Amino acid sequence: MNIDLTVVWAFIIAFGIFAYVVMDGFDLGIGILFPTFEAGPERDKAMNSIAPVWDGNETWLVLGGGGLFAAFPLAYAIILPATYPLIIAMLLGLVFRGVAFEYRWRDEGHRRWWDAAFTGGSLVAAMAQGMTLGALLQGIEVVDRSYAGSWFDWLTPYTLLTGIGTVAGYALLGSTWLVWKLDGEGQAHARSLAKKAAWATLILMGAVSLYNVVLNAQYTERWLTAPEIYFVAPVPILTAVVAIALLRALGVERHSKPFWLSIALFFMGMAGLGATMWPYVVPPGVTIWDAAAPESSQIFMLIGVGITMPLIIAYTGWAYWVFRGKVGEEGYH
Amino acid sequence: MFDQLDALLLARIQFAFTVSFHFIFPAFSIGLASYLAVLEGLWLKTGKQLYLDLFKYWLKIFAIAFAMGVVSGIVMSYQFGTNWSVFSDKAGPVIGPLMAYEVLTAFFLEAGFLGVMLFGMNKVGRKLHFTATLMVALGTFVSAFWILSVNSWMQTPVGHIIGENGQFLPGESWWDIVFNPSFPYRLVHTVMAAYLTTAFVVGGVGAWHLLKDRTNLHARKMFSMAMWMAALVTPLQIFAGDMHGLNTLEHQPQKVMAMEGHFQSHPDGAPLILFGIPDSEEKTVKYAIEIPKASSLILKHDADAPLAGLDTIPDDEEPPVGIVFWSFRIMVGLGFAMLGIGAWSLLARMRGKLYDWKWLHRGAILLAPAGFVAVIAGWITTEVGRQPYVIYGLLRTADAASPLDAPAVGASLLAFVLVYFTVFGVGVWYILRLMKSAPQTGEKGVKRGDKGPIRTAGITPGPTQNPGDPDVLPRNEEEAR
Ligand code: HDD
Ligand code: HEM
Ligand code: HEM
Repeated sequence: MNIDLTVVWAFIIAFGIFAYVVMDGFDLGIGILFPTFEAGPERDKAMNSIAPVWDGNETWLVLGGGGLFAAFPLAYAIILPATYPLIIAMLLGLVFRGVAFEYRWRDEGHRRWWDAAFTGGSLVAAMAQGMTLGALLQGIEVVDRSYAGSWFDWLTPYTLLTGIGTVAGYALLGSTWLVWKLDGEGQAHARSLAKKAAWATLILMGAVSLYNVVLNAQYTERWLTAPEIYFVAPVPILTAVVAIALLRALGVERHSKPFWLSIALFFMGMAGLGATMWPYVVPPGVTIWDAAAPESSQIFMLIGVGITMPLIIAYTGWAYWVFRGKVGEEGYH
Repeated sequence: MFDQLDALLLARIQFAFTVSFHFIFPAFSIGLASYLAVLEGLWLKTGKQLYLDLFKYWLKIFAIAFAMGVVSGIVMSYQFGTNWSVFSDKAGPVIGPLMAYEVLTAFFLEAGFLGVMLFGMNKVGRKLHFTATLMVALGTFVSAFWILSVNSWMQTPVGHIIGENGQFLPGESWWDIVFNPSFPYRLVHTVMAAYLTTAFVVGGVGAWHLLKDRTNLHARKMFSMAMWMAALVTPLQIFAGDMHGLNTLEHQPQKVMAMEGHFQSHPDGAPLILFGIPDSEEKTVKYAIEIPKASSLILKHDADAPLAGLDTIPDDEEPPVGIVFWSFRIMVGLGFAMLGIGAWSLLARMRGKLYDWKWLHRGAILLAPAGFVAVIAGWITTEVGRQPYVIYGLLRTADAASPLDAPAVGASLLAFVLVYFTVFGVGVWYILRLMKSAPQTGEKGVKRGDKGPIRTAGITPGPTQNPGDPDVLPRNEEEAR
């Protein structure tokens, strides 16, 4: 067979992670911005705009983790111990924010607490995810198929930068989602948040990209020398185009457009990431082929993905469609 | 060296703690999802308001339990990597795909239709809503299917080969791996356990409200349905448990030896030890109360059949006998207690006294949490009984852990314990509070109806004035239309 299944799987995992990042990204982002909404109808509407879909969004995280475990078990076995405190923090953050969706309606007396748990959990989860990405990009020390670094390798200025960048990016997704789903004052508030978040995201994205180029020799070569530069150069150029379109869309009365452009921005970020890391799954030493599961496992799962993924996308799309339109608006049936 | 040992022990405690907590919620929601589907189906078929009320009453409880199940489950799916990285690297090619199938075929199904099930009744019409409920119920079952297949493969591994780099690789056929020898037994026994767990909770809540008001029709219906389950499913469960035990005897004999407390071999008929205190040091069960030859009768269907004991197993392959011995007895004891309630309810039903016998109701309340205890006890039997192996006979638990130091694992364990007890403790309390209020005619739907945002907001009219409100489940058929 000529198709390299390992490459196919690398793209499937990347797709899963991208789907997770944009979908859970916008509801984590709403969590992060929650305190800036007035307690009462504004918060309730923001929450209701994601209540029917958050569980589905988070399932992509399980697919990302489970998919990595299945398709690249070695990568899974290296990355998770290497970023142990970050993963645990993320999981606990997700516990708090996940239950807040139900708990806040059950207990008016402590609603403030659960709102705080919603925000705190979202913030911790977003930060931890961004820092995990940074820790991966900056490289993980591996000896004998297992993590060989020390306790705090994951904590550097670079990982802090990627963490904050992720928080800003999620805030952008969340606020543009709300621009779409809310109207009246809530929408105006969301739009003003979105503008700030857009600038923050763009600046931090730029900073991380520049840092990346000098992070290690591999990356420098990828981004700054010919002929590789010709392949990767479209990424920053297109990113700039998307960024300008996004800022303009936020300036005028738009509803869904800023959200789609934010997703496009994330897509460009993902493309840049892929261009940087390829073909390593755990830089600097483990390639996707080193970490891949055997062919029989890959084929078995590919059948499953081939059959279920179209169905999943169809019924997930249907669920979004059922809850389409502005939250709380008249005629929203 | 000491450090290593401690980190290992902490990792084991952490896994046991988080998975036990996780399993409490699926054990309840697998059964409850099906119960909700039955209620909604009955409503659609008969058009009786009563069923719709019960549906909404339990839907609110389901929403909370499900949320807790989801967040504790996500923790589990990452723990293989964080704490058992050697295991993940080695077993990933075999069990990873099964877990990926679980995500693809079960978790997405549940999550995709959950939103519609909880909030969408007014938006999609009844049939479609019922479909969503069915899909969620199906998803919980499919989830159990895959994860139990994974666990069963770790108990009775077959169908794999061992690669040059020490990884377990899939062999000829995936069928052998998925349907490994202990899987059918474990699936049947565990899914029935989940149904029983739910039945006893529903029955307990029904009984509680009957004690307060024996004319409450909603409470009567719940109680009656639950008691049918108790009476019919408990005997099946005991039978399935017996078959499961025979299967275990074939594939994991030392687990059964530990369950039975057989330190010694019995060449001509082994006794059934009912109670006693196993002492692994002295290799004997102290103060044992036993029935001669009964164990051989149960396990071999022949009173005089020889039965090997732990003396035939090298010391370093023995599971910890005390824990297995006791947890097994707790499960079996509760199984028979459930059987008792089931039989008692049949008697009451025959006499036409199902809603009158107060002691039956008290008994049902007492056993309301029995399913949870039995389920956890059962898992402890299963999991501790396979020690010292994580993949039975092939990979020792001690060789499976991540290269983490004790303080790191200790800190995360502490964090899990604190967070789980507070967060899930509060959730359970909310559930109990919902159960305390009696189900009524015109029961409101998930959150929006009672303390939901719309009314609290004070701007838009409450659900009564606004039946078309998207986020409120209808309160009667007219609204539902
Ligand atoms: C409501 C729950 C419940 C009840 C009433 C029972 N069990 Fe059970 N049992 C379980 C819930 C459970 C479980 C949680 O589903 C386990 C744990 C792992 C598994 O495979 O099923 C289990 C495991 C388990 C095992 C261990 C199998 C193995 O992994 O090797 C045996 C031998 C039995 N059971 C036998 C019984 C018998 C003889 C019962 C009769 C009274 C019984 N169980 C009642
Ligand atoms: C859901 C109910 C479950 C419960 C209550 C449970 C309970 C336990 C307990 C008590 C231990 C510790 C055993 C010891 O330290 O002696 C353990 C270990 C373990 N279990 Fe389970 N388990 C469950 C399900 C599963 C499933 C479904 C899997 C696999 C997919 C699994 C995989 C493991 C692993 C990898 C360990 C390793 C740690 C060890 O053996 O100590 N468990 N479990
Ligand atoms: C160690 C093993 C386990 C892992 C890694 C695990 C993983 C997960 C995950 C990630 C979720 C959340 C899914 C979502 O996002 O919707 C979940 C929920 C669920 N799990 Fe587990 N699980 C384990 C053990 C079990 C067992 C033994 C069963 C059943 C026999 C089970 C049944 C379910 C069900 C029915 C749900 C849906 C949520 C609920 O009903 O509360 N799980 N699990």
